[in-house]
Amino acid sequence: MTEETVPFTIESFYKFVKERKIMGALCNKCGALILPPKPMCTKCFSRDLKWKEIPKQGKLLTYTVIHVCPQQFQSLAPYAVGIVELEDDAYLPGMIKDVTMEQIKVGMNLTVEFEETQTSQGWPQWPRYYFKP
Amino acid sequence: MAEKPLVSIVSAGMSKFGKREGLYGRELFTEAATEAYERCPNLNPKKDIKALFVGMMGESYEHQGHAGPTVADWVGLTPTQSYRTEGACGSSATAIRVGIFAVLSGQADIVMVGGVEKMTHRATPDVTEYLAMASDYFFEQWNGMTFPGLFAMVATAHIHKYGTTEEQMAMVAVKNHHHGAMNPKAHMQKEITLEQAMSSRIVAWPLKLYDCSLITDGASCLIITKPELAKKYTDTPVHIIGSGQASDTIGLFERNSFTTLNAGKLAAQQAYKMADTNPSDIDVAEVHDCFTIAEIVAYEDLGFCKLGEGGRFIEEGQSQIGGKVAVCTSGGLKSKGHPVGATGTAQAYEIYLQLTGQAGKRQVNGAEIGLTHNIGGLGGTGVVNVYRRG
Repeated sequence: MTEETVPFTIESFYKFVKERKIMGALCNKCGALILPPKPMCTKCFSRDLKWKEIPKQGKLLTYTVIHVCPQQFQSLAPYAVGIVELEDDAYLPGMIKDVTMEQIKVGMNLTVEFEETQTSQGWPQWPRYYFKP
Repeated sequence: MAEKPLVSIVSAGMSKFGKREGLYGRELFTEAATEAYERCPNLNPKKDIKALFVGMMGESYEHQGHAGPTVADWVGLTPTQSYRTEGACGSSATAIRVGIFAVLSGQADIVMVGGVEKMTHRATPDVTEYLAMASDYFFEQWNGMTFPGLFAMVATAHIHKYGTTEEQMAMVAVKNHHHGAMNPKAHMQKEITLEQAMSSRIVAWPLKLYDCSLITDGASCLIITKPELAKKYTDTPVHIIGSGQASDTIGLFERNSFTTLNAGKLAAQQAYKMADTNPSDIDVAEVHDCFTIAEIVAYEDLGFCKLGEGGRFIEEGQSQIGGKVAVCTSGGLKSKGHPVGATGTAQAYEIYLQLTGQAGKRQVNGAEIGLTHNIGGLGGTGVVNVYRRG
């Protein structure tokens, strides 16, 4: 995709995930980073935005280990999910994998990784990312 | 204290909360409405009630949308105008808000506001999925996050930042079960011990089964009117003297703080200001204890204690009946139950009982000022009302 013509939408976010990139919208007017990307800057209402690739390394801010879950995730339970700060104002939620539950600590370094296989049928067909140490 | 109330509650009703086998939402609402009608013999419902606002979270539970006329039909209010309000677990608190607007606008002098949800006939994984719909789908649900999971992340952040303990969270459950054991309409009218709460199975660490509110069937409603009309219908009205509501991001991950629910906090500031009251004036409060950590956060957001001291507040017994402020005397969402759409007006129902001296064994002596704090989803919606005995 050529970044100049890509709309600032959720579908675009996941198209970039397929290319193994985490992309946010950077406001050219006020400098705010909008993640997930939105069609306008929700801080200053400007529509003058550009794509910005977010670094894949970050720190774990908070997490949980989920035991009771909807049917579709039951084969994974118990599984860990958390919120990671990738850089200033770039927060991303996701599963934490390739780690034992005991090793997970607030403040630990995590890296974004991407799933190779498509797991869903019908809508939505988004590729998945996750975090690992 | 605000001299002139916004509106007055002249009657209220609530169905028994629980696993109400064989009864659907509209029938449960009828149970609540019948009580409200019976409490208010001077009211001619079809003639006097000018609008109905029904809070309901989801169509999935009963495969039934269009809650306004569905309920209006069953409670005898057709052809009166009817509306559904939706704010996830705060749906019926938003019904109260819209009801206040309707009365204040002069378009409807008397309105019925209420809420309903029928949940227990569905399997737990299905209910978990329906409840999660109140959170962000595109990033949070998609990544396996559940409602308990999202509140668990609030808990983890609170533990990490302030040293709040799992025991302190369990104490909220013990207190609310103690209160709920005195409420004949509560879903689970039994005391629990700290050991039971601590040893219950994990739902989403650090939240265990007893940290979670109940999947419940129920309905509740209020009849509200202009203050100057209240005396026509009752000698014991309860006035709403302050009201506030705010929104927050749909995704928890978009926020700067995971240890406060800002919409609830802002709603409280608006309501206190309008009512010209302070947190220390509140005698009795129903707060949104969907998970025990949410009640601890609510103490802080409502100004009952300082930021970070919510854990100590419960541990010191400040929020039990006889403490600084009696919180969740009904048993709360934890023990009374949480039929999500019904919760907001059920909180107001409890405050109505408390301020009119009808709360039985759990009565807070001399209660004059009450508060309700209802949260939708993970705090995307926050509604706070302040009430005064009439």
